[in-house]
Amino acid sequence: MDFRFDIIVHYLPVLLKGTLFTIGVSLVSILCGSILGLVIGFGKMAPRWYFRWPFHAYINIFRGTPLYVQILIVHFGLIPLFYGKTYALMSAFVALSLNSAAYSAEIFRAGIQSIDPGQREAALSLGMTKLQAMRFIILPQAIKRMVPAFGNEFIVLVKDSSLLALIAAPEIMYWSNTMKGQYLRIWEPYLTAALIYFILTYSLSKLLNYIERKV
Amino acid sequence: MEPIISVKHLHKSFGAHKVLTDISVDIHSREVVVVIGPSGSGKSTFLRCLNLLEQPQEGDIIIEGTSLMAKSTRINDIRTEVGMVFQQFNLFPHKKVIENIMLAPMQVRKWPADKARQKALELLQKVGLSEKAEMYPASLSGGQAQRVAIARALAMEPKIMLFDEPTSALDPEMVGEVLAVMKDLASEGMTMVVVTHEMGFAREVGDRVLFMEQGIVVEQGVPEQLFGNPSHERTREFLSKVL
Repeated sequence: MDFRFDIIVHYLPVLLKGTLFTIGVSLVSILCGSILGLVIGFGKMAPRWYFRWPFHAYINIFRGTPLYVQILIVHFGLIPLFYGKTYALMSAFVALSLNSAAYSAEIFRAGIQSIDPGQREAALSLGMTKLQAMRFIILPQAIKRMVPAFGNEFIVLVKDSSLLALIAAPEIMYWSNTMKGQYLRIWEPYLTAALIYFILTYSLSKLLNYIERKV
Repeated sequence: MEPIISVKHLHKSFGAHKVLTDISVDIHSREVVVVIGPSGSGKSTFLRCLNLLEQPQEGDIIIEGTSLMAKSTRINDIRTEVGMVFQQFNLFPHKKVIENIMLAPMQVRKWPADKARQKALELLQKVGLSEKAEMYPASLSGGQAQRVAIARALAMEPKIMLFDEPTSALDPEMVGEVLAVMKDLASEGMTMVVVTHEMGFAREVGDRVLFMEQGIVVEQGVPEQLFGNPSHERTREFLSKVL
């Protein structure tokens, strides 16, 4: 088998651009997904069922349907509805953020609920408000427990962003597919894409290990 | 004199399960009231109602003239005056011993850090744990942890202290050091409500003992009378098992 490094070199500039796109869209989606997830996670812990219900439904819908389908609905349905036409970049991070929010919400909820209720009671018995108890006592302990789960979620998100090739968002897989189309070769484009993803997720997991030790 | 705590016809259920039935008790300033009774008698729930960690369904609790059940009452304000010590200590594991004690005075009472630190150091000395100030709770023994928890509650300068089985989670050899701190507190005139299985403590330190069973106060009186000559058959039965 001959392995043609020259076509990889030829495609390197666009692959790097694609990598930057993947990193950018992943970062924005991690950020937006986490913030939205925090809101949804708290919503799901609301004391009354009719407040809880919409958040509960959100999580179930986004976890219960494939990201593939969600990307198509967002790209061809949701974004044109608000924006008038399709817009791949916008669709990319809206779909990933909405999806990631559902998983983040469960990580927040599970982390917070894993803290012994006695901690909250002790804080309240000292005269702290519920907000103070959350901020000074529960969240600092819960975040420590959430870090490994979030690490996992972020890595999954980076890999899932490859599905965005579907809507011609110019990320790593999109350019690999283009490369395959132009040269009609299999190994070079896909192994290169795999290697780039691996470097991204491996660096991310190293970074997260470091954070886990720090907190 | 006005009682500092006045409990009036208190009822509490968890779902269909009735835990407290028509409890009425007055507690006066500087009084040490000890609540005894078998497990499941509702004594911990009664105590937890006094700072609304449990919400009663009926009746009223009046602390220093303020009804806890009134809509206008800010429960956080009441809780700053009522300290609580838990069976499982509930120290904050992510904070050092001294930070455990300083946190509420700084956040709730808005004391500056140096004032809170000074108060914390005083209290640590009082409970005999000055050298543990910079340690984390995980490195403390059960008895030490409970003494820190008492110091933490005292840092808010409460007028009333509630103790929910403070020695039940301790190894036997550590019970004494915690009871000693509580005795000191009682002798300084702190108003205390203590749920405990330590009959020796009840007899020696209690001004009044309440015996609870199945959600009602069966009998109450000074320790000599309640332990020496109980008037109810159920009290006699319980005491014969624990003494």
